Amino acid sequence: MLAFLVQRISQAFLVMFVISVIAFAIQDGLGDPLQEMVGMSVSAEEREAIREELGLNDPMVVQYLRFAGNALQGDLGNSYFYSKPTLEVIAEHLPATLELVIGASLIIVFLSVPIGVYAAIRPQAWLSKLFMGVSTVGISIPVFLTAIVLIQLFSIGVTVNWFPSDTGWGQWLNDFFSTEGGLPSYGRGDELTHLFGTWESGFFTGTGLMHLVLPSVSLASIMLPLFIRLIRAEMMEVLQSDYIRYARAKGLSAGRINFLHALKNTMLPVITVGGVQIGIMVAYTILTETVFQWPGVGLMFLEAITRSDIPLIVAYLMVVGLIFVVTNTLVDLIYGLVNPTVKLTGKKA
Amino acid sequence: MTTATVSRWDRFRESFFWYSFKRDKVAIVSFVVLLLMVLAAVFAPLLAPADPYDLAQINIMNSELPPVGMSGADPAFPLGTDAQGRDLLSTILYGTRVSLMIGFGAVVLQAFLGILFGLLAGYLGGKVDAVLMRIADVQLSFSTLMVAIIVGAVFKASFGNLMFGEVAIYMLIFIIGVAEWPQIARTVRASVLAEKKKEYVDAAKVMGFGTRRIMFRHILPNTLSPIFVIGTVQIANAIISEAALSFLGLGMPETQPSLGSLIKSGFDYIQSGSWWITLIPGLVLVVLVLVINLLGDWLRDVMNPRLYKG
Repeated sequence: MLAFLVQRISQAFLVMFVISVIAFAIQDGLGDPLQEMVGMSVSAEEREAIREELGLNDPMVVQYLRFAGNALQGDLGNSYFYSKPTLEVIAEHLPATLELVIGASLIIVFLSVPIGVYAAIRPQAWLSKLFMGVSTVGISIPVFLTAIVLIQLFSIGVTVNWFPSDTGWGQWLNDFFSTEGGLPSYGRGDELTHLFGTWESGFFTGTGLMHLVLPSVSLASIMLPLFIRLIRAEMMEVLQSDYIRYARAKGLSAGRINFLHALKNTMLPVITVGGVQIGIMVAYTILTETVFQWPGVGLMFLEAITRSDIPLIVAYLMVVGLIFVVTNTLVDLIYGLVNPTVKLTGKKA
Repeated sequence: MTTATVSRWDRFRESFFWYSFKRDKVAIVSFVVLLLMVLAAVFAPLLAPADPYDLAQINIMNSELPPVGMSGADPAFPLGTDAQGRDLLSTILYGTRVSLMIGFGAVVLQAFLGILFGLLAGYLGGKVDAVLMRIADVQLSFSTLMVAIIVGAVFKASFGNLMFGEVAIYMLIFIIGVAEWPQIARTVRASVLAEKKKEYVDAAKVMGFGTRRIMFRHILPNTLSPIFVIGTVQIANAIISEAALSFLGLGMPETQPSLGSLIKSGFDYIQSGSWWITLIPGLVLVVLVLVINLLGDWLRDVMNPRLYKG
C-alpha cells in the first residue's frame, strides 16, 4: 500500500510539474509584460533597462524557477483586465462554478441510480428500453445544444398551433404541446446570500434556485446517459453473481436483495468512475457557462482568451490542472483502499 | 469445387458482415441517412441554391426570414435565412461539408498517431510503453475536450483572430487529432499485446525479419478491426468536439461556417424569436452524430472486439 501511495503521489507531482512547464511556456511565448506596462513613448534603452530589472533577460531556467517559486507561494501574477491578482479573480468566480457542478451532480445522482437499477432489474420492460434509447440519443447531443433547446422551451416558451384551435380537443392538444417559458436563462440572479470569503450562494433564495435550474439540467444531461448505462451494466453483472443467487435461494425478498445486497456492490465502481467524471465536467462547465452567461470560472476563462489576458489564462490552467490531479489521485487512492484486488503498483502481470 | 476463383464481390455478399447488415434495420437506416448526408455535403456546390461564401449574393434585407410553412416565409429560402440574410439550407450544406471534413481529417491524424504510438508501446514494451501510456493516461484524465479547448485557446491567442480564421480548418484537424490520439493508441496497444504472443510472430522473428517489418506488415493487419470500430465512433466525437470549439469561438469563423459556428451565430438571435437559425443546424448535427454512433455500435457488435463503451 505504501509503495502504491508513494507512486501515485510522485506521479501527481510529476504531472503538476509538466503542467507548470506548459503554463510557463504559454506565458513566456505569448505575453510581453513590457507592452502592458509601458507606453509607446518609452525609448529602447529604457525598455532594455526595465527588461533587465524585471529579469526578462535571465536564462529560461532561472525564469522558470522564479515562476514556479512564485506559484508555490500563491502568486500567479496580476490579471491585465481586472488589475488584481489572478488567484483572487479565480476565487471570486469559483463558487458559481462549484454551485453549478453541485446542482448537476445532485440531478445525476437522484436520476441515474433509480433509472439504472430499474433498467437492470427489468431489462425487457418497455420503460427500460425507452430509458436506454433516450440515453443513446442523449450521448449524441452536445451539451450546448441541450442548453439551447431548454432555453427555447422553458425560458422563451413555445406556442403551438398545429391543431385547429376552434375545436375543444385541438385547443387542448395545442396547449399540451405549448410551453410556458419564463425560467431565467441569464446569469445567477441578483439575490445571492453571502456565505463566507468570496462565496456568494444562490442556494438559499427563490430566484437563485430558479436561475440554477436550466444550467444544472444542461450540465447534468451530458453525464446522465453515461451514468445510467454504467449503473445498469454493473448492476446486471452483480445480479448474476453467486451470492445473489444464494440470497434468492434463501428466500430473501426481492427488494432486500436488489437494494441492500446488490446495490451496495454496484455503487463501488460507480463512485470511483464518478469521481473522474466530475473532473471531466470542468470542460463542460465552460460550454454551459457560455450559453447561460453564468459568471463562473469557465466563462471567465473564455473571456480571458478573447481579451488576451495571458496571466489569467495561465492561472486558470494551473488551478484546473491542480483540481484534476488532486481528484484523480484521490480517486485512485480510494479505489485502492476499497478494492483490495486492484493491482497496487500498476505493474503488468 | 464449384468455382475456382471467387470474386471479391461474391465473397463480400456471402460474408457475415453483409449478412448481419441486411438483418439490422437500425444499421440500414443509419447507413442510408449517413450516405445521403455525405453525398449532400460533397455535392454542396451543385445542390445549394446559393453560395454562402459569395458576399455578392447576400442581401441583408432578407435577414431572419422564417422557414417555409411559417408566416412571412419566402419560398426562395426553404429553411429560412440567418441574421446576415444567407440562405440557411445552403449554409447548412456547406457547414456539413466543413464539419465532415474536420471530423474525417482529425480521425485520420489520430489514427496515424494512435497506430504508430500504440504499435511502438505494445511491441517494444518496457520504457517506451511506460512513457507513452503515462502520457496517454494523463491526457485522457484531463478529458480530450479540455485539452482541445486549451490548445485552441493558445493557438488563437498566438495567431490573432484574422490569421486564425484563415487556417482554422487545419488547426481544428490538428487540435482534435492530437487531443484524441490516446483513445486509438490504447486500443491498438491492447490488441498488439495479444497478437505479440502468437506463433506467427515467433515465426517471423525466427526467419530474421526486422522489428519494423514485423510491426507493420505482420501485426498491424491483425489489429485493424478494432481500429475500424473505434475510428467510426471517433468521427462522431471529433464532429462534436469541432462543434463545441466553434461554439466557444475557438473554431471556424462565421464567414466559413461549420455546423457548430452556425449554431453559435444563431444562438445570438434566439431571444428575438428566430429559433430556426440555431435549431435547424443543431438538428442536422445531432442526426449526423447519432447515425455515426449507431453505425459504430453495430460495427462493434459485428466485429466483436473486446471493447467497452467509453
